Amino acid sequence: MNVIELHGVSVRYRETRIRSLKETVVRGLSGHGRSPWFYALHDVSLAIHHGEAVGIIGPNGAGKSTLLRVAAGIIPPSAGVAVTRGTVAPVMELGTGFEAELSGRENIFFNGALLGCSRASMRSRADEIIDFSGIEPFIDAPLRTYSTGMVARLAFAVATAIDAETILLDEILAVGDAAFRSQCNARIARFVRNGATVVVVSHELEPLESLCSRAIWVAEGRVVADGAAIDVIERYRRQSSAALSA
Amino acid sequence: MSTSVIERRYVAGRPLRWREELRDIWHHAALLYELVHRDLTVRYKRSLLGFLWTMLHPLLLMLIFVVVFSAIFRGNSPHYETYFLSAYIAWNFFAQTTTNAMAAVAWNGPLMKRVRVPPSIFTLSTVVSGLVNVGLSLIVLFTIMLVVGAPLRASLWFLPVSLLLVGIFSFGAALALTAISIFFGDVREMVQAGMPALMYLTPIIYPLSIVPERYRWLIKLNPLVYIVEIVRDPIYYGIVPAPRTLLVATVISLGSLAAGWMIFRHSAPRFHAHL
Repeated sequence: MNVIELHGVSVRYRETRIRSLKETVVRGLSGHGRSPWFYALHDVSLAIHHGEAVGIIGPNGAGKSTLLRVAAGIIPPSAGVAVTRGTVAPVMELGTGFEAELSGRENIFFNGALLGCSRASMRSRADEIIDFSGIEPFIDAPLRTYSTGMVARLAFAVATAIDAETILLDEILAVGDAAFRSQCNARIARFVRNGATVVVVSHELEPLESLCSRAIWVAEGRVVADGAAIDVIERYRRQSSAALSA
Repeated sequence: MSTSVIERRYVAGRPLRWREELRDIWHHAALLYELVHRDLTVRYKRSLLGFLWTMLHPLLLMLIFVVVFSAIFRGNSPHYETYFLSAYIAWNFFAQTTTNAMAAVAWNGPLMKRVRVPPSIFTLSTVVSGLVNVGLSLIVLFTIMLVVGAPLRASLWFLPVSLLLVGIFSFGAALALTAISIFFGDVREMVQAGMPALMYLTPIIYPLSIVPERYRWLIKLNPLVYIVEIVRDPIYYGIVPAPRTLLVATVISLGSLAAGWMIFRHSAPRFHAHL
C-alpha cells in the first residue's frame, strides 16, 4: 500500500503578494495586473510505500520542505493530486505550537492534540515523553524558563512519541548536542525497524545514508533522481563537489 | 488505531469534501479542548486576579454604561441594569468572537503552516471560549439581579437555546470575516472600527420603542436586533421569545452559518499563501 502518492503535483505562488485592499485596487486600476508565478514544485509524481524510509535531499530552496508539506496535506497542491493513507504526523520545526506560558507538561498535551492525539492517549505516553526528554525536574515550570535545547528535546520527544503510521521530519536532525542527536537518530531507526514509514528532509547526508533505503534528490522544484539511497546520495555528493570546484 | 485506513485526497483547487472536513474536525476534538484551555488560561495566567478578569473586564464596562444610560432611560424601564446587561452579554459575545477569531487565525498562522489541522478549528475554539465567558458573565448577571431584586424567572430555562443560536450566528459571521481577513489584513481594522457603530444601531442601551415608527423597519434590517432580543426576552422580560422572533432568529443564524462556512471552505485552499 502506498501511504503517500503525488500525481503531477505543482505548488506555485505569486512572486509578490497583495496584502491590502488598497493595493488590490491600485493594481487593478493601473493595469499592472498580477505578478508572475513562482513554482516551488513543478509536476512532481512519486509514491511512497508503507514501511519505507526515504530521505529527501537537495540544495537550499529546491522545494524539499514544500514537498514534505504537500505530502502532509498542509499545503494544498496548485495542480495535481496528493493522497495520504493512514495517520501522518508532520514534524516540521521543533517547538512549533509550543506555548511559552504553559508548563512543559501542558505543552505535551497541546502538541499531542495538534498531531491529532486524544488527552487519554497522551496521558498514557506522558511519562515516557518526560523520561526521554530528560527534563523531568522542570516539567511543571512554564516553557519560557526553558533553554532552547530543552525545548528542542521536549519537542522531539513529543513528536516521536505519537504512533503515527507515517512520520515526516523536516531538518530536525541538526538540533541539540551530539549526544541528543544520536539519541534522535536511534529513535528514528527504531521507527523504521517497527515498520513505520519515515520521510526525512536533511542536509546531513551521513545519517540519511544509514537510516534510509531510498533517497529522492530535488532541485528547482523537480525530482532529479529517485532510487537507492546509497546511489542517489553518492551522485548528489559528486555533483555538489563538482559545483564547488567549478 | 482504527482498522479502516483513513484516506485523504487533496485535489488542486477543490476544498475537502464535506464529510471529510466534518470528520477532520471531529478527529481534532482534543485540539479544540486544548485551544479553549489555552485561550482561557494563558490570557490570565500571569495576572494578579487571574481568571476573574474574564468577568471583571465586561463588568467594568457594563458599570459605565449602566451609570451613564440608566440616568437617561430611567423612566422607561425598571431594572435598567438587567435590561442593558442581558442584551450586552449577547452583543459582547458576538463582537468579541468575530474580532478574536480574526486575531486567532493571524496568530496561529505559523502553526497552520507546520501542522495539518482543519483551519476552521481556530474559529470554532474562539466561539467555544466565548461561550464559556458568556456563562461566567451570566453568573455575574444573576448575582446582580438577586442583589437589586430583579426577578429570576422560569423562562431562564430557554436561555441555552438562545445562546446556541447566538453561537451559531457568531460562528458563521466569524468564519466569513476570518476568511476575508486572511486575504486582506485591513478587514480586521475595519471590523474593529465598525463594531461600536453597529452596537449603537442595535437596541442594547435603548429600547426599540424610542426609535420613531417610520425608521423602525430600517433598524430591524440589522440581524442583531433578533439575536439580542432572544437573549433579553427570557432574562429581562421573563418570557420565551415569540414564535415569529424565534423563527427569524433561527433563519438568520443558520443562514449566517451556511454563508460563512461556504466562504471559508472555498477560500481555505488559498490560505497558506497568505498566512
